[in-house]
Amino acid sequence: MTEELISFASKQDMLAKSKQFWNPDKTQFWIDSGVPLVIDHREGYFIYDVEGKRLIDVHLNGGTYNLGHRNPEVAAAVTAAMQRFDIGNHHFPSLARTALAEALISTAPDGLTKVMYGSGGGEAIDIALKSARHATKKRGIVSVAKAYHGHTGLAVATGDERFATLFLADRPDEFSHVPFNDTDAMEAALKARDVAAVIMETIPATYGFPLPAPGYLAGVKKLCERYGALYIADEVQTGLMRTGELWAISKHGVNPDILVTGKGISGGMYPVSAVLATEAAAGWLTEDGFAHMSTFGGAELGCVAALKALEITGRPEVRSMVHYIAAAFTDGLGKIQAQYPDWFTGVRQDGLVMGLEFGHPQGAKFVMKRLYENGVWAIFSTLDPRVLQYKPGILLTPAVCEELLERTEVAIGRARDDAAGPTAIRRLR
Amino acid sequence: MTEASINVAELLIDPAGVPRARAMLQRAEWAGRAFARYDKPVVDAIVGAAAAAGAAKAREYADWAVRETGFGVAEHKVLKNVACSTGIVDYYAGHDYVTPRIDVEAKVVEVPRPAGVVLALTPSTNPVATVFFKCLIALMTRSVVVVSPHPLAKEVCADAARTLGEAAVKAGAPDGVIQVVDEPSVPLIDALMTDDRTSVIVATGGVPVVRAAHSSGTPAIGVGPGNVPVLVDATADLAKAARRIVDSKSFDNSILCTNESVLIVTEHAAATLLRHLKLAGAHLLAPDERDKIAAMLFPGGRFDIRFVGKDASWIAAEAGLRVPNRTRVLLAPFDLVVPEEPLAHEKLCPVLGLVRVPTARRGIDAARAVLRLSGRGHSAAIHSTDPQVIMEYGAAVEVLRVAVNVGNSLGSAGLETNLAPTMTIGTGFFGGSSVAENLHPSHLVQWTRLAYNHDPAEPFGDFVGLQPWHAPAGPVPPYPVASNQRGDRPAAAGGGGQACNPARSELNGSDAPALREQIRRLILEELSQLAGG
Repeated sequence: MTEELISFASKQDMLAKSKQFWNPDKTQFWIDSGVPLVIDHREGYFIYDVEGKRLIDVHLNGGTYNLGHRNPEVAAAVTAAMQRFDIGNHHFPSLARTALAEALISTAPDGLTKVMYGSGGGEAIDIALKSARHATKKRGIVSVAKAYHGHTGLAVATGDERFATLFLADRPDEFSHVPFNDTDAMEAALKARDVAAVIMETIPATYGFPLPAPGYLAGVKKLCERYGALYIADEVQTGLMRTGELWAISKHGVNPDILVTGKGISGGMYPVSAVLATEAAAGWLTEDGFAHMSTFGGAELGCVAALKALEITGRPEVRSMVHYIAAAFTDGLGKIQAQYPDWFTGVRQDGLVMGLEFGHPQGAKFVMKRLYENGVWAIFSTLDPRVLQYKPGILLTPAVCEELLERTEVAIGRARDDAAGPTAIRRLR
Repeated sequence: MTEASINVAELLIDPAGVPRARAMLQRAEWAGRAFARYDKPVVDAIVGAAAAAGAAKAREYADWAVRETGFGVAEHKVLKNVACSTGIVDYYAGHDYVTPRIDVEAKVVEVPRPAGVVLALTPSTNPVATVFFKCLIALMTRSVVVVSPHPLAKEVCADAARTLGEAAVKAGAPDGVIQVVDEPSVPLIDALMTDDRTSVIVATGGVPVVRAAHSSGTPAIGVGPGNVPVLVDATADLAKAARRIVDSKSFDNSILCTNESVLIVTEHAAATLLRHLKLAGAHLLAPDERDKIAAMLFPGGRFDIRFVGKDASWIAAEAGLRVPNRTRVLLAPFDLVVPEEPLAHEKLCPVLGLVRVPTARRGIDAARAVLRLSGRGHSAAIHSTDPQVIMEYGAAVEVLRVAVNVGNSLGSAGLETNLAPTMTIGTGFFGGSSVAENLHPSHLVQWTRLAYNHDPAEPFGDFVGLQPWHAPAGPVPPYPVASNQRGDRPAAAGGGGQACNPARSELNGSDAPALREQIRRLILEELSQLAGG
């Protein structure tokens, strides 16, 4: 069936057409980076290139595939749902949307009572920011430097200029950026009481997972309360058990005013995102429920996928497994690090959120390339390419975990030689 | 609206809970991987703590099991629950399934490798004792357990498994070391049995369950039903024999696979034995009474499970019979052990078949006939002081244990003989099982043998003191504390909430002897009550 729709003479032919019709720069970038990946079939934590090469997926698109690719339980739920539902009509109360909202609220940090839906993380962030502005009647938004919260209108303005200025989408007048882990800078940004919300990824992913200093996030929350701003926890990448708790923010003792989830929430099967908000932060839902709408937001098939994904993720067995897997990586990566202390300089880890630091400004790109050769797909951090994002799945088996660590060890060793070699820079374009 | 709502729910909840069961196995796999590297002192502490926790609830679970299943005798279950918790641990106290063994002579080192994930299928008749037993022998070998209880006893079994699991984890065992299925169902058990992550199935239950275990493709230790013949000849101490048979047949209202089924007595001994049986609390049914009982217990030739584990007086009353107040066993005489005779089949209630034979040799033939009906490989009993008869009985009857001059219930189960105390009787090749002994911890551990070149020129290594195992540094797994917050503290900090290395402290803790003493008192108390009742 697929063959009728999708057919190319060869991988080369396909890549050429990808440049011609899709995204020439990005297509060429991966070829130049030594990662000429065109993903064909996928299963569990394995993805297969069109030429048959098997890769362990440690990128998981930021946690989209937390539960593995084509998780059979999620697939079965969506397949069954398609016998009855489609995207649905966004104006009317819906069975699936309501059921998911209730499930989300029952698992959420205290105080969150309402759910708003989007179809992707960026859209959800925009909803969160709009809601905060409505609730506080203020315009200012504070985020951390090198932040990333998505590419939509408001979300992109919260992030690093890398993604905003090209499109003239930066808005320095309303969106300010402060250094991460700097409470004083945060206070300075909030003091004028003109800020509607501080938005924080609990662990900034695209910046290479720098870990919040002990007490930092709780301190920011306190500042928010003092200066009348809302705290928005972006849990798109850190939520859904990746840190060993369903929501990473709960490990910091913070009850956010708004929590945003996306990516893994629907098991990688059907896009959906959600904003969870306190009664106060969600005031517009009572005042004017038609004020924001989205045809695809909270699509019913996505809600069913999300209900299933949330149920799987919330099983006590899964939480236990995540703790086991996290410990296996602490141990395994520690051993690798001991071998290459000058090159593999650090591990930022909170559960299965991991950033591997290398002693070269582009270090993670060397490692990414060697990992790819060696059957592992992991991506460098766009905003700090010293750091490799290393995000294993939350249902990883001991066998795949061991295999992954062995492949990683070999790749890190080879990448060290690459980075030290005279042709290092040329290899990296 | 209602209809639609139900449909949404159905999309999400697998009624059989099969995916959840698979998640349990995956967690078990992680736990087993960690547990397999624990050292002996921690394992001892874990086993001791789990057993003590079980024994402390022996009575509560006995009452609960009777209440939930509707059969058995609570007092007797207390005894079994204690025997299968602290009793079993005391019995195996001197054994070591953890430390490598060195045979200098043979130039072989043996490294113990636990089974891994043990799937324990437990019965309704003997619910908690079997849960205790299987969990504890697994813990002794550093294996992890998923318990799938019989649906009739699921609540008490789940609670019992959790009690042991929590105590084990508190003593340092890995998280998930004992898990239990709350809602057992056929598809769920099938999924557990056929899953690659299940290392071995230890199945106790009815024939279909055991057969399914054996045909699952996963290594299985399955034990089938019994149908226990007991032979009494004139050389026996007939007074003692009578008392032992009545005690054993009435034990737990005869729901065990080891309770006697057919009493075979030589003509010489019959009159005296029957007199003593009557004194001991057996009521000999007259032919018309026997027919009423047979018709009631086996309507249409099949045993009516309404009578499982009910006491003798109640059964007699149901049949409209008047029997003496203290009646513990109904004796049902019949002529010939043949398939069409219902009373020759297994009766999970205190009704004991009675067959008279002219000689011991004919008695042996009758015992063989009992086992042709069912129970091959299981157990038989004999009361005799003639070694020749006893030897011939053992050599001819197709069972793998014969209880001699002792009740079979606790004799073949190893509680009143020197066989391994067990709740799981291996029925061997006779009964379609690979295990012929009473199940014991050795069945759940295998050994990697490091075998040196036997050429004397090749020297054997010095392995003394080498230990591949270690004690965990804290809870396993540690709570995932962020790497920038670990500092110098052990990884145990955070919400995991357990102190470091509790295993050793528990082992050496000052209240351990007190606990042990308390348990001893409990055992004595139960024993005296049992004797009095």
